[in-house]
Amino acid sequence: MSSQQEQLPKDAAAAEGKVNVQINGKWYRFPKGTRIADACNSVGVHVPCFCYHPKLSVAGSCRMCLVEQGMPPRLAPGATPTYNDDGYQTIQWMPRAVVACANTVAENMGIRTDGPVCRDARRAVLEFLLTNHPLDCPICDQAGECKLQEYTADYGQPVHRFTEAKIKKGKNLSIGPRVNLDQERCVLCRRCVRFMKEIVGEEILGVVGRGGRNAIACFPGKTLDSNYSMNVVDICPVGAMTSKDFRFRMRVWFLKSTPTIDVNCGTGTNIFVWSREQQVYRITPRQNDAVNSCWMPDSHRLNYTYINSEQRILTPLVRTDADAEQRPGAWKPLMSSVAEQLRRCNPKQTAIIASARLTNEELYLAGNIAQLLGIVQIDIVPRNGESDGMLISADRNPNTTGARLILGKDGSSLDDIRRGIKLGKIRYLIVLGEDVTREAVIPADHLAKLDYLLVIDHTQSATTRAADVVLPGVTFAEKYGSMVNVTGRLQRLNRAIEPLGESRADWEILRSLLKECGGDMSLLTARADSPMEILEEIASQIPEFKGVTWAAVGNTGLQIIDTGVSIPLLEREQAKK
Amino acid sequence: MAYIPVKRPKFSILDRIYVVELVKGLGITLKHLVLSLLGKSRSKKDFNGAGVGACMPFPEQRWDSHLPSYYRGAPSLVRGEDGRERCVSCQLCEFICPARAIRVVPGSVAPGATAAKQEKAPAEFEIDMLRCIYCGMCQEVCPEQAIFLSQQYLITLTDRKQAVRNKEQLYRLGGIRKGLINKWNQYK
Repeated sequence: MSSQQEQLPKDAAAAEGKVNVQINGKWYRFPKGTRIADACNSVGVHVPCFCYHPKLSVAGSCRMCLVEQGMPPRLAPGATPTYNDDGYQTIQWMPRAVVACANTVAENMGIRTDGPVCRDARRAVLEFLLTNHPLDCPICDQAGECKLQEYTADYGQPVHRFTEAKIKKGKNLSIGPRVNLDQERCVLCRRCVRFMKEIVGEEILGVVGRGGRNAIACFPGKTLDSNYSMNVVDICPVGAMTSKDFRFRMRVWFLKSTPTIDVNCGTGTNIFVWSREQQVYRITPRQNDAVNSCWMPDSHRLNYTYINSEQRILTPLVRTDADAEQRPGAWKPLMSSVAEQLRRCNPKQTAIIASARLTNEELYLAGNIAQLLGIVQIDIVPRNGESDGMLISADRNPNTTGARLILGKDGSSLDDIRRGIKLGKIRYLIVLGEDVTREAVIPADHLAKLDYLLVIDHTQSATTRAADVVLPGVTFAEKYGSMVNVTGRLQRLNRAIEPLGESRADWEILRSLLKECGGDMSLLTARADSPMEILEEIASQIPEFKGVTWAAVGNTGLQIIDTGVSIPLLEREQAKK
Repeated sequence: MAYIPVKRPKFSILDRIYVVELVKGLGITLKHLVLSLLGKSRSKKDFNGAGVGACMPFPEQRWDSHLPSYYRGAPSLVRGEDGRERCVSCQLCEFICPARAIRVVPGSVAPGATAAKQEKAPAEFEIDMLRCIYCGMCQEVCPEQAIFLSQQYLITLTDRKQAVRNKEQLYRLGGIRKGLINKWNQYK
């Protein structure tokens, strides 16, 4: 076979629906229609961008992503293309750079990001962006994660040639209940404008003024009060949009980010928890295209203050006499006395109210304890609200699906437990991570009538105050575990901070209780020294979890079942494509 | 590893018996003895002392006026000529401090204040003098020229808690620094 008949790279790529692109001298294949910026970033060639965001429409306004581009020569009429030995045509480089965000790749295209054209273009763009920039990095909350800072360090020049007076614009403007605007720091990428228009669907932000006095502002009479407003803080590449909640609280370089999931609703939004020395400072969304895209609601983002609240229970509490005050106890003797008490309880008069805010591992251990003690009355507390048509699910429990799969319960028998307590049929109650006086509607005086009330929870509540024994559990930021969201996706919780005070992870408490109660560890074939091992145990026992391991779940999750529920925001995103 | 031959000096016989050096050393001692007896010793000349011995008779005499300008003593915070707190609590000193002696709690400037454009100022600023190693990195890293190593060298403590200096103490030690910084002037 002669070389003439061999398949050319362009035909081989076309067969896959792809095109050949040369990036910095190396040939790659990308699907047709890929943006140059995405193509470069996907092979590890970094293209700096301010205005381009993969989830938003293309603006092409910042000019930061300029790259040198070349194409094969345009043929004279009737001429046939000539191919080099490697099967590609010679690339003719264009004298001017093009934007990588608004152009798509084409067959035999060449892209250079390391040449003098590109280098000069980037340096010039940065110099223009910095002419009116206030350079107030020491007081800017974005410092440390600011694209303008990073790119200036990477591609900018150390000297400021602009000697005119800088244009003054508004600083520290309150444009909404949760967001501050600094117009001087803005690079006018309009990401926030596009986000509000395209993702939230409310036109609140716009650009006013002309030339150098261009500035972002709210339309007259409007404020940025959407429940998704703080996402503009995340997507703002500079410190123009800043969060009021996080304002001046900590510099980002001190914070450790832990990938985990949000527990405020059934969506299980992927998040980063930012912490320093046992203190959680903020929560930001983490990209997961199967769950929350790049966004999260403000109400969930700001619901972290209970983690370091004064109301946390930090030591085990025990009430020795009926009318005495609760007093702190030590873990070890308390666990054996609790186990002894539980063994003495009549299982027919005992109920467990678990929570769908617990992880799969904890629910599994709770189920095992119930089975061991012969308790049949066990259920979770349902929490239903309304979906907001974006990311907040109607189910406000993060792990209802997990509870259904593992315990086989969905909150429907809670009424029986409630009635049992009211009529005095239930004398002993175990509450796991719930304040039953609220959503479960069991009045505190009914709890007071119980012979024994054991509560595992992290925060003081009417239920813990009525309890005979309170074992301090932890919040979602202090434990490992897994949860199943409304769509049936298994996701991981990672520990951001160590358990505060003397508190212990809930799975640890339940595991110790199980050991103390039974001594018969045949129920728990695995050693169960970590949630990872308990998850393996679950995988061997429950068919839906078959083959699941901690590593397989990963930080992006694993679809284990299809519940038929979908997330409205993702549906819209997919429809757009 | 590159092999680098080191040239050792050749010692003569005079060097090796070292009697000459011994006599030289005794001579220096003798010189100081004589100067001390005449009341013309270094302590008299340099430290305004009684003229006995070459050392400073501390604590009767103090180093304070004899320290070189570059002496690195306890770190302090300074105010500008306009009375503005120069520190904007950017926490770079806390970040750079190799001994982790610095602890800053950032805070806001009240909207009506004279330095309102600065927006940010420390709510609390603590330096643990038991941790501080006087390296001067905080002074070097400060983008606002707000932290300086003072000439204070005499730090006597009776309690660990005293070692932690708060913002008020640090400003008292630093005082006012000359040289106007116009960066946060809203009219500039």
